[in-house]
Amino acid sequence: MRDGVVVKGVRFRDHRVVGDILELAQRYRDTGADELVFYDITASPSGRTLARDWIARIAAVLDIPFCVAGGIRSVADAEAALNAGAEKISVNTPALQRPELIDELARRFGSQCVVVGIDSQASTQGPHIWLNTGDPGHSRDSGRDTLEWVSEVQRRGAGEIVLNCMNVDGVRQGYDLPQLQAVRAVCQVPLIASGGAGAPEHFAAVFNEAQVDGALAASIFHSGELTIPDLKGYLSARGMEVRP
Amino acid sequence: MNPVDVVIVDSGGANLASLRYALDRLGARSEISSDAGVIRAAKRVLLPGVGAAHDAMARLERLQLVDCLRSLQQPLLGICLGMQLLYSHSAEGATDCLGVIAGNVQQLHAAPGRPVPHMGWNNCCPSGADALLQGVGASDYFYFVHSYAAPLTDATTALTEYGESFSAVVSQRNFHGVQFHPERSSAAGARVLANFLAL
Repeated sequence: MRDGVVVKGVRFRDHRVVGDILELAQRYRDTGADELVFYDITASPSGRTLARDWIARIAAVLDIPFCVAGGIRSVADAEAALNAGAEKISVNTPALQRPELIDELARRFGSQCVVVGIDSQASTQGPHIWLNTGDPGHSRDSGRDTLEWVSEVQRRGAGEIVLNCMNVDGVRQGYDLPQLQAVRAVCQVPLIASGGAGAPEHFAAVFNEAQVDGALAASIFHSGELTIPDLKGYLSARGMEVRP
Repeated sequence: MNPVDVVIVDSGGANLASLRYALDRLGARSEISSDAGVIRAAKRVLLPGVGAAHDAMARLERLQLVDCLRSLQQPLLGICLGMQLLYSHSAEGATDCLGVIAGNVQQLHAAPGRPVPHMGWNNCCPSGADALLQGVGASDYFYFVHSYAAPLTDATTALTEYGESFSAVVSQRNFHGVQFHPERSSAAGARVLANFLAL
């Protein structure tokens, strides 16, 4: 939801912004989204709890699963989000800083609601994890091997992995199939592709060629360029099973 | 009788909120309780569950709810793990469960292209008459999140498939269960919940 929420709304306490999120959430619910992810990159240590009242407001209207990502650094943070009605929580940077967080979350809530988000980019030594990706001026290669991290988070209890392929993000030229294929080969839990969707054929390609379990996209839907019913119709016409 | 429409058993998992919101949307009054008296006096009982079978059973035992739940006569709906708890036994932690439905819950087997936990939308194939499934057809999809599944038995009224076939909806006397999350299954899930509220 970066384009729809984060760019606009630096403060979730702003009711207009919350209203926008609710409106968007309902629009996607009504048009057949199978799951929504809310990236709260504004979650700051102070006032985070207050800012989270939007989770309950979304839970009240959404009857499909949704995941909350951003600012979850502890079991208590996760519990607050889940108690407010989120189906899953997603961790990224805090898990890199303290991998035991994944074990703690999986033990407390079960793997099924523990999603690990990974920002990754191909390098000459294979895919590497990138840091500070929410801040273009400071994002950098961590030097860490993505495939090793994918294996580690699964051992620690991650129930789902969202791979955001940085080099294609926002470019709308299609998902990073080689990178997703490499991750798929070592990923036994559900894998969600993120970054690069620009046309219906990109979705067909990522399901068929990288065998991902789900495809995440934001800008192409937010802009209204592609609607979910049109996308599902396209995939269905190509023999792929989709929820109507 | 408790004046609320449904009492939700506080089975210890986080995320009872989404279930309450779903009931709110249907105009049903609900109350969360772990009190045997409140549960016994309920018109209907929901047994949700997220987490592991042995933790959930240990909690029900600690709260002294095992006999209470077994002896209920009013409609009860187990959701996800809550449905699995209705069975005799679960392979998850080798746990003896409530035993109101005969059968053993088994682990799903992962395979290439079929990761476990199974998370996603499946349609269900109704396999018997069940008031819970009124208005529900094979084109309706439901949201599943689970690593264990109940076998197909006489209690099965709808089945689905993820590598293997398993029970998606079960009904035996007043005990009902759904492996999916109706509160997260869009209009089809709301339909099943509404059907339960009409039992």
